Amino acid sequence: MTISIHASVNGEPCQFQCGTTDTLLKVLRENLQLTGTKQGCGTGDCGACSVIMNGELVCACLVLAVECGQADIRTVEGLSSAGQLHSLQQAFLDNAALQCGICTPGLLMASKALLDKHPQPDETQIRYWIAGNLCRCTGYDKIVRAIMGCVS
Amino acid sequence: MNEEPTNYGDVAEVAAGNKPSAAVVGTRPVRPDGVDKVTGRARFGADMQLPGSLVGMVFRSPHAHARLLKVDVSAALALPGVKAIVTAADLPEIPDDQAMDKGQPPDFRDMSANILAREKVLYEGHAIAAVAAIDELTARHAMTLIDVDYAVLPHVIDLHQAMEPDAPLLNDHNFTKGIKPVPKKPSNIASRYEQIHGDVVAGFAQADVIIEEEFSTQPVHQGYIEPHACLVNVRPSGRTDIWCSTQGQFMVRAYCARLLQIPLADLRVFPMEIGGGFGGKTTVYLEPLAILLSKKSGKPVRMEMSRADVFKATGPTSGSYIRMKIGARNDGTIVAAEGVLCYQAGAYPGSPVRLGCMTAFAPYNIPNIKLIGYDVLVNRPKSAAYRAPGAPMASFAAESLMDILAQQLDIDPLELRLRNAADNGTQTAYGVTFKNIGYRQTLEAARAHPHYNAPLGPDQGRGVASGFWFNIGGQSSAAVDINQDGSVLVTTGTPDIGGSRASMAMMAADVLGVGYEQIQVRIADTGSIAHSDLTGGSRVTFAVGMAVSQAASAMVEELRRRAALLWRVEVDQVSWMGGVARLMASGGSSSLSLTQIAASSAETGGPIAVEISLNAQGAGPGFATHICDVQLDKETGRVTVVRYTAIQDVGKAIHPSYVEGQMQGGAVQGIGWALNEAYLYDENGRLLNPGFLDYRVPVASDVPMIDTVLIEVPNPRHPFGVKGVGEVPIVPPLGAVANAVSRAAGTRLYDLPMSPTAIHKALKRAARRRS
Repeated sequence: MTISIHASVNGEPCQFQCGTTDTLLKVLRENLQLTGTKQGCGTGDCGACSVIMNGELVCACLVLAVECGQADIRTVEGLSSAGQLHSLQQAFLDNAALQCGICTPGLLMASKALLDKHPQPDETQIRYWIAGNLCRCTGYDKIVRAIMGCVS
Repeated sequence: MNEEPTNYGDVAEVAAGNKPSAAVVGTRPVRPDGVDKVTGRARFGADMQLPGSLVGMVFRSPHAHARLLKVDVSAALALPGVKAIVTAADLPEIPDDQAMDKGQPPDFRDMSANILAREKVLYEGHAIAAVAAIDELTARHAMTLIDVDYAVLPHVIDLHQAMEPDAPLLNDHNFTKGIKPVPKKPSNIASRYEQIHGDVVAGFAQADVIIEEEFSTQPVHQGYIEPHACLVNVRPSGRTDIWCSTQGQFMVRAYCARLLQIPLADLRVFPMEIGGGFGGKTTVYLEPLAILLSKKSGKPVRMEMSRADVFKATGPTSGSYIRMKIGARNDGTIVAAEGVLCYQAGAYPGSPVRLGCMTAFAPYNIPNIKLIGYDVLVNRPKSAAYRAPGAPMASFAAESLMDILAQQLDIDPLELRLRNAADNGTQTAYGVTFKNIGYRQTLEAARAHPHYNAPLGPDQGRGVASGFWFNIGGQSSAAVDINQDGSVLVTTGTPDIGGSRASMAMMAADVLGVGYEQIQVRIADTGSIAHSDLTGGSRVTFAVGMAVSQAASAMVEELRRRAALLWRVEVDQVSWMGGVARLMASGGSSSLSLTQIAASSAETGGPIAVEISLNAQGAGPGFATHICDVQLDKETGRVTVVRYTAIQDVGKAIHPSYVEGQMQGGAVQGIGWALNEAYLYDENGRLLNPGFLDYRVPVASDVPMIDTVLIEVPNPRHPFGVKGVGEVPIVPPLGAVANAVSRAAGTRLYDLPMSPTAIHKALKRAARRRS
């Protein structure tokens, strides 16, 4: 069965057709061609598919697409605006906070969700907040520094 | 030439005296692919789509060991929407005598049997068939219709049991190599390796103290976050395009060609961005299957592993059992070391046990060493390379012994290492004599570091350990093109797995004397540059960097020649500095910029392009020393790493941030290996933890900041002094963490991972011994 869903993706109204078993991750990547959101595990354990849905950080692989009616969904593709990188994106670049880069979109969205809710986290808060986002390359040091650099 | 002659070896000849200045090298610019990667635009293995693509899926064995009595795919093939199914019957037979090239691994016969099982399945997750269907649901449905009859066989997961004479045999035709005469009876021991240096009997006779212990480590997975993925399109002509996540596009081309008996020229491999590899993406699993499926169906085929498949059927590195003995004089001078190292190969031969033997004691000048290595078959996935393959487990044993020795002799552990440190001129047990090494400097830097002298709190322990990795060179190609507007394109054939585009651009910028921003770097497909070996062995910045530097040097010569043509003078009248050609007769007042020369290229012979291919030699060995502080909760056995410092001789840090990143990432992977990670099996040989929830790699809240100290003892064989950085950092952490935990616990830990349960047991055992 195919269902038609109306939602907002990165501030733009959006309509897509999905099956009842399709995840938001599948719809983002395959229907909407927004491949910035990555699949690392499909079971909500790695955080590579982190997106912000109605202001909450979620794993897109654990959200069914049919749950997304009228939802406000933000992905890494919507993080920069008018050609201007978000301060987190710039901080990740300046701090060399990515090596292979596969976890980066998810970590950026997780960090944005953190700073939206807690504008002044300390290092421990940052480390616990992003504990659901696995990075196998960096050892987290430069990622944590990048986020700390964006604390207002 | 108005520059001083250089002593930079091979490159100097090509550079003809143009010693690269280091205006860009050593700085920290934003990487060229950075913006694409923070905006989600970079395309990784699973991000390519072609219209009409089919979904490919692999049917895998639920048994650890079984004979395949029947594989019937007819019902699955009859399902509407299923377009092709392949089994081992679709793979060409590779005769035994053609399995290896020049007797060197890989063994393509084994590789073929690993990607699709023939006759027997040897581990849970072993591929039996692959299906291509119009969508995922149909493919999944088809899997349920594949009819396989298994005769389940006794299996063996445990290393010790596998070595028993009556163990279930994985391969009835396996007669241990490296033993003379060849054994008459088959066994699970694939090969025996022996490394003898000096005379250990005479050595141990001089010892005042002898320590002998047993150690074990568990298999751990590389744990790259991006699962294996590819898209393959076999066109009606037979020409085949492959887009995939790999550490080497030329490796994928060569292996697929070999396995499927296809001419190399028919395969073109486009390397996508790679979401981590750590050695685990140095072979093929899906690509040959996707080629077969695409050929049969006439459509493009996309394949992506699930995380469970990644755990069950790729990697990991070997688990190990090591018995090791060390002898020293009372002053700490080590006189002999001896040991037996047994590494799990997995289902097919090829553990890195030989490398374990070679690296274990490499940091030390020990006159007498005898190490025996066994490569052991078990019903687990075939092990794959993982960052400094084979070294961390051997180093864990050796560095634990060093710590025990330091404690017994009451010598500071860094001082003990300093007294035995390998230096320039030290003859290693594996044959090489060290030159231009910086091991001693890492120890001295550790001793001087504030971390080493900071006080410890209650229930805290501090461990140190050192580590070694060879670093390698290898075949590498690089092209430098000047566009008509004077911008520069550098092309290489090695995937950028951790920022190498940046280091290539930086080296090229300094050789050419132009700005970093003027240079773009492209990682080309197999049809667009000459062969390059894969990204691995810590070779890219060294070997590919050498190719890029040489290409840039040759480009400087070409630009001088072009300027000479424009000025109608001999080329020796033209100098090159700061990206500008100057006419020497004019006292330098007449000049031509790169942009001007580029704009006039049509008048001087056409497009300005240089390509260099080489086989880089002279890689510089890498050494590191790590300091680790842990906090131990004695009630629960939980360990927290509270402070960590990694010190490494890196030769020359081209982009220091990415060098630090390698050290930090390697350290944290090593911490995971030491404390958390392990493959857990049930009694049927089925993996209990094939996911990131239960196979727990370190998360951000598990670790502190990782402090780094970069020692730069240049490698004279590289134009900028590069040694190679990526692998050494995973070697010391196992020992450093174990030594810290052992000192905090007041009792020695010999087995990894040091989980809370294991530590709790060790504490109880120690308490019983004391009472």
